[in-house]
Amino acid sequence: MGDLHEYLEQLKKKIPDSVFGTGTFQGQDYAVVRAEKIADICRFFKDELGFDFLTDVTAAHFPDEEYQFEVIYHLYSFSKNERVRLKTKLREGEEAQTVTSVWRSANWNEREAYDMFGIVFTGHPDLRRILMPEEYDEFPLRKDFPMKGR
Amino acid sequence: MERFTTEKVDGDSEILTINMGPSHPSTHGVLRVVLQLDGETVVKATPHVGYLHRGMEKIAENKTYHQFIPYTDRFDYLAPLSNNVGYVLAVEKLLGIEIPPRGQFLRIMICELSRIAAHLVFVGTMALDIGAGTVFFLSFQQREYLYDIFEKLTGARFTNSYTRVGGVARDIPDGWIEMVRKFISTLPKEIDDYDRLLTRNRIWLGRTQNVGVISADDAKDFGLTGPNLRGSGVEYDVRRAFPYTGYENFDFEIPTGTVGDAYDRYLVRMEEMRQSVRIMRQALSRLPDGPVSADAPKIFLPQKEKVLTKMEELIHHFILITESFDAPEGEVYNSIEAPKGELGFYIVSKGGKSPYRLRIRSPSFNNLQALPKILVGRLYSDAVATIASLDPVLGEVDR
Repeated sequence: MGDLHEYLEQLKKKIPDSVFGTGTFQGQDYAVVRAEKIADICRFFKDELGFDFLTDVTAAHFPDEEYQFEVIYHLYSFSKNERVRLKTKLREGEEAQTVTSVWRSANWNEREAYDMFGIVFTGHPDLRRILMPEEYDEFPLRKDFPMKGR
Repeated sequence: MERFTTEKVDGDSEILTINMGPSHPSTHGVLRVVLQLDGETVVKATPHVGYLHRGMEKIAENKTYHQFIPYTDRFDYLAPLSNNVGYVLAVEKLLGIEIPPRGQFLRIMICELSRIAAHLVFVGTMALDIGAGTVFFLSFQQREYLYDIFEKLTGARFTNSYTRVGGVARDIPDGWIEMVRKFISTLPKEIDDYDRLLTRNRIWLGRTQNVGVISADDAKDFGLTGPNLRGSGVEYDVRRAFPYTGYENFDFEIPTGTVGDAYDRYLVRMEEMRQSVRIMRQALSRLPDGPVSADAPKIFLPQKEKVLTKMEELIHHFILITESFDAPEGEVYNSIEAPKGELGFYIVSKGGKSPYRLRIRSPSFNNLQALPKILVGRLYSDAVATIASLDPVLGEVDR
């Protein structure tokens, strides 16, 4: 992980009120950023800071919290050889913004997050289920979905 | 489902929709691709995945960290040991423990042997798909010797489950080093044989050169990793970029392609096998003595002999088996260079004995995304060569 805090200072100058907080664990930093601005934020990280590779997009469900869903982005820069982790938080029913316009690899990753958690990515070109059958109407990785299935 | 449908476009031209897979010999598992053809040219390709979805990420939330290790065998089932290492490294990162040098060397050796095993399957099956059956039998013979090596070390040929959080299941058995020495001394000659059969073979060149071309920018944009990314000329290897378990102390080269076609991806994998042999030689010549597992009695299972004779070990054994260990609260992302590319694990822990969320970033899933782009405009017969050259493993795509 590189010097995330420096990048965030640059980000704040460009897009005010975009960063909510940061955290660190075992030497890995992450930043919680504004969900409504995520496409712009990612665009900034790609174009201005050189994070030209999206390693992964995934989500997590925290049913007891006000913001039930987290969407987690892992970015990588070939020139800097650094990784960055960004997160957005969403309430139940809130829609996420797609980052497919920034990296095409977000396409399947966001489809999987939709498939497993029911998070809708607005602006996604092809938001269908990817692993579960098309007619399935549950979101299996939500915490209220039982292990044995339904 | 109907096997194919046709529809008329622009009056005279007809678009034929055909269904390839999920059970098709050249899709290497249960990949289904719906192809729309104008004559023999692909105008649209839509991959459908998920036929092997077993809900690994959900299962992980309901198992202890140790209990999940056997499931990792079943992601990329052509290189189970590599998955084992990737998973336990992520858990060890979460716990903040490191294992002793001998254990690290052993992990590097099994990672490289699995890379060889996976690439042997690649070269054999790709040649078979394109119509060169001989290579398949030769490479599977070598893979068979490798499986004997795995069996001797781990007790299983296929689903090895050899690593543990904090080490590996057991130290090297007698005679194993000699088996490995013999194997890596004969393998380069075998690879030269495949080289002679394929690399300058006119049919092979015709079927793979300029087929399934991915530019470097596209490869980055689609999230490709591993030999598929390097075939397009991007020198990215997790072993070099973020060295783990001691790879920084080994000399090896990262082969890259120039065109990004199926032929480049083939060449990259062939060279990677030779580099793996090189790493194996270094590992064998410098293999240190000492324990293979971390001195972490609250995490790693004690030796069986001690369990039967010592009180403290018996207690640790009992607690670990019945309750397992607690992980601290936090989140980590850790990845390794698996044979197919970057295999990452993102673990969110809220404390306790199971991960709160375990995300598996599998290389094949992202690698397959490029398929619709590179098939379009090419011939139907190239689809087979292209899929084979991307080398997806569906166990890893669907998880």
